[in-house]
Amino acid sequence: MKSEPAPPPTGPVVQVRGLVKRYGSRAAVDGLDLDVRAGAVTAVLGPNGAGKTTTIETCEGYRRPDDGTVRVLGLDPVADAARLRPRIGVMLQSGGVYSGARADEMLRHMAKLHAHPLDVDALIERLGLGGCGRTTYRRLSGGQQQRLALAMAVVGRPELVFLDEPTAGLDPQARRSTWELVRELRTDGVSVVLTTHFMDEAEELADDVAIIDAGRLLTQGSPEALCRGGAENTLRFTGRPGLDLGSLLKALPDGTEAAELTTGAYRITGDVDPQLLATVTSWCAQHGVMPSGISVERHTLEDVFLELTGKELRA
Amino acid sequence: MSAGTYAPRPGAAPLGRMIAAQTALETRMLLRNGEQLLLTVIIPTLLLVLFSAVDIVDTGSGESVDFLTPGILALAVMSTAFTGQAIATGFERRYGVLKRLAASPLPRWGLMTAKTLAVLVTEVLQVVLLTVIAFALGWSPHGNPFAVLLLLVLGTAAFSGLGLLMAGTLKAEATLAAANLVFLLLLVGGGVIVPLEKFPDAVQSVLGLLPIAALSDGLRDVLQNGAAMPWGDLGILAVWTVLGLGAAARFFRWE
Repeated sequence: MKSEPAPPPTGPVVQVRGLVKRYGSRAAVDGLDLDVRAGAVTAVLGPNGAGKTTTIETCEGYRRPDDGTVRVLGLDPVADAARLRPRIGVMLQSGGVYSGARADEMLRHMAKLHAHPLDVDALIERLGLGGCGRTTYRRLSGGQQQRLALAMAVVGRPELVFLDEPTAGLDPQARRSTWELVRELRTDGVSVVLTTHFMDEAEELADDVAIIDAGRLLTQGSPEALCRGGAENTLRFTGRPGLDLGSLLKALPDGTEAAELTTGAYRITGDVDPQLLATVTSWCAQHGVMPSGISVERHTLEDVFLELTGKELRA
Repeated sequence: MSAGTYAPRPGAAPLGRMIAAQTALETRMLLRNGEQLLLTVIIPTLLLVLFSAVDIVDTGSGESVDFLTPGILALAVMSTAFTGQAIATGFERRYGVLKRLAASPLPRWGLMTAKTLAVLVTEVLQVVLLTVIAFALGWSPHGNPFAVLLLLVLGTAAFSGLGLLMAGTLKAEATLAAANLVFLLLLVGGGVIVPLEKFPDAVQSVLGLLPIAALSDGLRDVLQNGAAMPWGDLGILAVWTVLGLGAAARFFRWE
């Protein structure tokens, strides 16, 4: 089998439209749309049971959609599986290795299934798997098992990798090392789709974040855009007690709110951008007020996530 | 690793190379597993040596090794193709190995081909070992080697179908328990070390339809009695092969 020609670099590498996947009467995915840009890192965020894994596994060809269309590298993951499989790398949430196999043995085996694999020894060193020695898979630590699964996903030099919770159960060092590898993949032109529970991971790594819940896409965009949009930010400062906040609000955009929380401690909430900050400080200058302890609290991805998906615990 | 290390260059390895690599890995996994070795090597060897040396079971007229060796060869085939393969595949399914390989460039039929080849390689090693031991114990085989080969291959196909059916439909723990239980029952009631003639007539005719009984009886007809081609036993094995592989193909679940 010859390697397939590289796909045209334009257009999304994953395109999901109206995907529905039911298990019995329950729809795990319920009309989901998703686009994944070529060469980008896309993080799929969502509470447990949101449909992340079902969506990813449909893209990998494991599940047949009940409705809607899924195209990966322009191919149908089920009908064109034979052509698609050599071009994608897959990291399952867990398992995937013979319990009696050694880490290097399994990785060398996966390499042999590909035409132009990575240098296995270099990859073993890169992911810190050299210390596994002759230990078989079932006796490896959770972190070592995770890193082996990651290595197996990239060893065939895929165009697109799907990583299902790649850093679950990793210690901080291994987590950072995984992040570094994901960045290197992107630099070298590999498209990455990952699911995660960690907001910092999505903020740190992703060019694009897709938040899904109850089997639907709630929002998608860069972490910056998601944190800016919708959610309110806060500006705090302290100054002379009893400032005329009505006068201040006249200078600020509609919808901004201001309050003196305790004597001389002020809070302004609204769309806090550089212009608003400049307006507040110049108003203070005009009124002979020296604001101190100025702080701006911007919303994190976690705030956005909780606002969209709700704060109550899920089953 | 330097810049450009991960630059995409996808592609499947040539099919022959993938299947060869998969066969080598599957064989290593089989031979590395202690429980599997107990089943496929140690138990058949012990039974052959023990029952040849000590006349515990009445094996009829003639040397007991001439009666036992064909039965032990049948047992060896069953231990690898059925019991061993069912347990290994059941746990591979449970631990996502089959699932992960399904996303690799190796096609599913390529994986099943490799599994079959790994079973055959293991059986060759078993047959060589058991044959050497049997000769050392004074075994004098007769008959047509081609008929023996045909019986072993058809027996392997029949047991593989049944083993994969079990592994692909039951939970791994249930497969482990059931495969061992079936191994034990068929060891006793399948004409391996105890001649079927020891059972009542009615029971005998039912037991005679079991794949293990057909295989050991067919091998014994050829190797002990010098029969040409045991068509009846071959027919029974062929029916089991069609039923087993057909049901496995229909009901096997990869996850």
